[in-house]
Amino acid sequence: MKHLVSIADLTRSDAISILDTAAQLDQVTEQGAKKLPTLRGRTVVNLFYEDSTRTRLSFELAAKRLSADVITFSAKGSSVSKGESLKDTALTLQSMGADAVVIRHPASGAAHQMAHTGWISAHIINAGDGTHEHPTQALLDAYTIRRHLAPEGQDFEGLTIGIVGDVLHSRVARSNIALLSSLGAKVIVVGPPTLMPVGIEEWPCEIRYQLDDSLAELDAIMMLRVQQERMSGSFFPSSEEYSREYGLNRSRAARLPEGAIVLHPGPMNRGVEISAEVADSHRSVITEQVANGVKVRMAVLYILIGGDTHG
Amino acid sequence: MASSPGILIQQSLLYGESEVDIRISNERITEIGPHLEHQGEELIAAHDRVSLPAFVDLHTHLREPGREDAETIRTGSMAAALGGFSAVFAMANTAPVADTAGVVEQVFRLGHEAGYVDVFPVGAVTVGLAGERLAEMGAMANSAAHVRVFSDDGNCVSDPLLMRRALEYVKTFGGVIAQHAQEPRLTEGAQMNEGELSGLLGLTGWPAVAEESIIARDILLTSHVQSRLHVCHVSTAGSVELIRWAKSNGIDVTAEVTPHHLLLTEDLIRDYDPVYKVNPPLRTQADVLALRQGLSDGTIDIVATDHAPHPHESKDCEWNYAAFGMLGLETALGAVTLAMKNQSDWDWRTVAERMSITPAHIGQAREHGRPLEVGEIANIVLIDPTAERLIDPHNFASISRNSPYASMSLPTVVTDLIRRGHFIVRGGELCA
Ligand SMILES: [Zn+2]
Repeated sequence: MKHLVSIADLTRSDAISILDTAAQLDQVTEQGAKKLPTLRGRTVVNLFYEDSTRTRLSFELAAKRLSADVITFSAKGSSVSKGESLKDTALTLQSMGADAVVIRHPASGAAHQMAHTGWISAHIINAGDGTHEHPTQALLDAYTIRRHLAPEGQDFEGLTIGIVGDVLHSRVARSNIALLSSLGAKVIVVGPPTLMPVGIEEWPCEIRYQLDDSLAELDAIMMLRVQQERMSGSFFPSSEEYSREYGLNRSRAARLPEGAIVLHPGPMNRGVEISAEVADSHRSVITEQVANGVKVRMAVLYILIGGDTHG
Repeated sequence: MASSPGILIQQSLLYGESEVDIRISNERITEIGPHLEHQGEELIAAHDRVSLPAFVDLHTHLREPGREDAETIRTGSMAAALGGFSAVFAMANTAPVADTAGVVEQVFRLGHEAGYVDVFPVGAVTVGLAGERLAEMGAMANSAAHVRVFSDDGNCVSDPLLMRRALEYVKTFGGVIAQHAQEPRLTEGAQMNEGELSGLLGLTGWPAVAEESIIARDILLTSHVQSRLHVCHVSTAGSVELIRWAKSNGIDVTAEVTPHHLLLTEDLIRDYDPVYKVNPPLRTQADVLALRQGLSDGTIDIVATDHAPHPHESKDCEWNYAAFGMLGLETALGAVTLAMKNQSDWDWRTVAERMSITPAHIGQAREHGRPLEVGEIANIVLIDPTAERLIDPHNFASISRNSPYASMSLPTVVTDLIRRGHFIVRGGELCA
């Protein structure tokens, strides 16, 4: 595995090995090692064309815990916001000797282009590209689900996982549907038809328009963020109606099976797709997701770069 | 040019059929027959070459005035000649827009000065292509450029009342509205064909219905006001069916398809290479097959290139930020031949009809697209039907390089172009 651009880059066993590695790294850090020397002398560049403090910090922390040198280019105040092309930026990073580039970009396909057009030889890790994919988010979600629902098992055979909301614009949903289904889970996607992509019938998931019908089946439910601009874009009549039909509130959460968990990739719109009460309830694993993000990203960096020979 | 010695084309296959000699003098074909006597003309041995009426492109973007970094009327004319065209229709979406007699006359004059092909400007339907009020189509029609084809291409005339008025108004001088059929609200932010693949790639979809709903509407409007409609770059199977229906009901509609929509599918987009970004977008294999069938059976009347040059930096970037469009003039015949090779009923006479005779007729380019017969103006293309050409955009006459066929081998080679009795291209090279 050279790059992580899309979940399709991973075989099922690649994905399991990332999750296993993340668990091992977790154990090592719990035993007191704050930092591992694995990537000493390697340079990881965070190239962020989109503001996302949480993802950027998560990758920074992951790289630093592996002793890599970390450089962050964020869209504000650097050449990337001054019209320098993606290609020129890639060539610059190439000449600076970057070993890996973590890229977040508003255009779908930007990470794929970085990985496959020959501009740069570094490992490319997609930290979210447009409405395409966000594979490390899916991996950290899978890691979180596994810890709660399949602690002994290799895969997710027998689990049913619901993904609720704006699938059309969600890179998190695309990556999660691909990963969770490849790990053996049954994935049920729930949302209004206006927020379902054309062709989703061909995806490895079931599609439903009613949330209430599905709750009793779900071992885990992932609430997608409703973007502010969708609320005014006639995708649904109002945020109130959205919340009534698809919001996870206390009464809906009560209908989930015993032991079911609630995930959210963040940042949340409390009161829209999830009520504050549910977000802070015992079912919620939302803050764990953040912590697990660092471990999973360490695992990805470790597996991608750690195998390179020096020099 | 006075007293040129004339040309004697020896042993070419007329329409790919019988081997004859063609004598040309004073701009016209003066004799056709086996083994004509050499009377001091310039000789061209064309054994095994196919002779056809030179091609006419109803849909070209020459970019001048305004984007001379992408193409000029001169370089676009050279590209056209190398592609076997004796005439091109230059779309109006320049800067300034070709929406006045002044601009269309300038384009017409620059085409004449370049001297490779006849450049017929297309006039804008609405002022500034803004879709708000009609441009002075009468003034453009009556200008020295003699405009007969009007189009807001690049934009759709989406306002139904304005489209109705435009269709009515061009009846004054027997013009035609060439519609870029794209419902704007259904294609906001659109990046590629809407379907399973757009969902997977996370690119905003351009649904077939956005094209088909405009075509359906315009067919009904055309019927209602008894005018004449030409549909640009038809790209979906559903559009072919609508046009078939219109024709079977006697509605005066014609349609074009581009070489790239006949040959390429959306699957090429998987690597996000913007060279494949075009408007309307590349569609599915089912659409491609329907377009081939439509072109073959005449539902689609013509091939038009939609030659759309862009500077390198407009394509060497993220997909969403890249410009729409691809080059087409220098590869048109090869791409069409490759696309149509398994289509029964596809022969050189059909090529002549779809790429020369009918486009000239739609555009009212009266000296072009004429049959290869004695007395006609000699606009002739010679083609090596068995040769292949490896496409290297760096060898193009066009300033731009955005060809989707780079590194492909395309069948057939245009070897010679004669326009009004004079060589424009000889042995695959432009004559000085
Ligand atoms: Zn167009």
